[in-house]
Amino acid sequence: MEIALEARHLVKHYPGVLAVDDVSFQVEAGICFGLLGPNGAGKTTTVEIIEGVTPATSGEVYYFGKPAGNRFREEAGIQFQNTALQDYLTVRESLEMFQSLYNRRADLEHIIRECSLEDLQDRDNRKLSGGQRQRLFLAVALVNKPRLVFLDEPTTGLDPQARRNFWDLVNRIRSDGTTVILTTHYMDEAQILCDEIAIMDFGKIITQGSPAELLRQRYQSVIIEIPLEDVSGDLDSIEHRVLETQGLIEISTDDVNTSLEVLATHVSGLNRMKIRQPNLEDLFLDLTGHSLRA
Amino acid sequence: MLKRIYAIFRARNLEFVRDRSSMSWNLVLPVALMFGLSFIFGGEGRTQYTVGVLQSAEELDTEQHPFLETRFIRFVVVNDEAEAVRKIARHQIDLLVQFGTPGRYWINPDSSKGYFVEFALLQSDQPADHGMQKSQITGDAVRYVDWVLPGILGMNMMFSCLFGVGYVVVRYRKNGFLKRLRATPLRPIEFVIAQVASRLMLIMLITSFVYIGTKYFLGTRMDGSYLALFLVALIGAIALLSMGLLVAARVTSEELAGGLLNLVTWPMMLLSGVWFSLEGADTWVRNVANVFPLTHVLESARAIMLDGATLVDVAPALLSLLLMSVVFLGLGAAMFRWRAS
Repeated sequence: MEIALEARHLVKHYPGVLAVDDVSFQVEAGICFGLLGPNGAGKTTTVEIIEGVTPATSGEVYYFGKPAGNRFREEAGIQFQNTALQDYLTVRESLEMFQSLYNRRADLEHIIRECSLEDLQDRDNRKLSGGQRQRLFLAVALVNKPRLVFLDEPTTGLDPQARRNFWDLVNRIRSDGTTVILTTHYMDEAQILCDEIAIMDFGKIITQGSPAELLRQRYQSVIIEIPLEDVSGDLDSIEHRVLETQGLIEISTDDVNTSLEVLATHVSGLNRMKIRQPNLEDLFLDLTGHSLRA
Repeated sequence: MLKRIYAIFRARNLEFVRDRSSMSWNLVLPVALMFGLSFIFGGEGRTQYTVGVLQSAEELDTEQHPFLETRFIRFVVVNDEAEAVRKIARHQIDLLVQFGTPGRYWINPDSSKGYFVEFALLQSDQPADHGMQKSQITGDAVRYVDWVLPGILGMNMMFSCLFGVGYVVVRYRKNGFLKRLRATPLRPIEFVIAQVASRLMLIMLITSFVYIGTKYFLGTRMDGSYLALFLVALIGAIALLSMGLLVAARVTSEELAGGLLNLVTWPMMLLSGVWFSLEGADTWVRNVANVFPLTHVLESARAIMLDGATLVDVAPALLSLLLMSVVFLGLGAAMFRWRAS
């Protein structure tokens, strides 16, 4: 499989802070690669080093086997987490302006359709809603028919409908063979979109692989969830991992029958109990902890 | 490269033209200033008569020449005859006199004040003042509005160049637009050229529009070549734009940018000769003024408009402006930062 992108030993020092600490990873062409991590983990800095907008203290980035340079700038599409467009331009004019900066050009009408901007193309880009604006930013990232697209927390602040529309859009982009690098802290988003993920914390990658593979490696168990108010006794006698979170008791177990027998003696009723498979959020919290990050 | 420059150039032009408040301000301010000053200074506000005395001060003998004691006449000692004659032609002094045997005087026959001063001279009761040789110098008056017009156009150019580019670049940097451009194949020099070209075109259009308007409505004076004046404005605007880019090269806060731009513009407005001439100022003040691009723009423009100077005459000033442009642009490009942090 061809490697679209490779980061080698990236390091970024800010005064008093090691934001990125020897990060290396490879991304195969055509996949959606998710970079996950709590706030301040270093994922945006890592991605911005790769994008070429933040200089690394040390390390190298390779694009299809060669140091990232002019070809990378020509072929990469980037949607920043926080950015702005030129004031007073319409949606179409903004897209035309960005397209003129590239030699590679996508069919603008196709992009406008794909990003559902047909009815907005003559609107001043300052007068768009959050979801419309995110669709425009994605369209800007696609004007050069990119082989590699960076999406930095693209659905932050969007309502559930807008998020799902956005996911459909990302899936359509991927279906053309475009490589997608997604940074997000929505685990459901990563689970739905990503073929492979890397979880960062304190500037380092702490695990990497496909979501299914990582979950399989980490968990041979299922999770039983019971509302905390239904639990009457001491659960210390339960040998399995027990976690209290958001009004729920979560019990990780690979022997459901035995666990249920024990629980029956401690729980007033099992009607509100749920049994589920561990997901990326469980993995994320297991690896990065539950304490609040700045 | 040209395609990318044109894309940024066009987008910036659209932004400027559609920002109606900013556009209107750029047009209305200089026109309003022009008409306001014309109204205030357009009449014969100066009641005092001025006579140039072509002689060194220590040789003047008021006993021998009682004319020199005439009330309400300001006597100015001049050493340069050609310069003094030029001022007669422009009505800047009302009469020029050289005492001696025989004495001489120069007068502009179109000057009403010159007529009365000549009358006073000839009425003075000393025979030494009679039989003086009379020379007539013709020329239209240089009104204050003629003199101040280059100053107002230059000041408007200065504000438009420095704030129009400097402030905008800082805003782009702060809101992340520059960061977004950084992620495209656009190079810094292409961005800078596009910004300069866009603002330059708008400034030249607006300055030309205001100049044509004042020429039409106020009949302002133009003794030199329009092409030379255009080149002075063009090169001056490039120097001022480069200065704006230098100020904005690294700044990330609009408040700081505003402060720095004021720090640059106010001394220029006071010392570059926008409102008053520095002709009689101390040498050190004039040396400081020569550091500012606006000084060279205004001196050259006035020389062309009021004295009919040619391109060759103003070439040293133009070279200074070009040199400043190169230095400011070079430093600005070297210090330029795309990101806010």
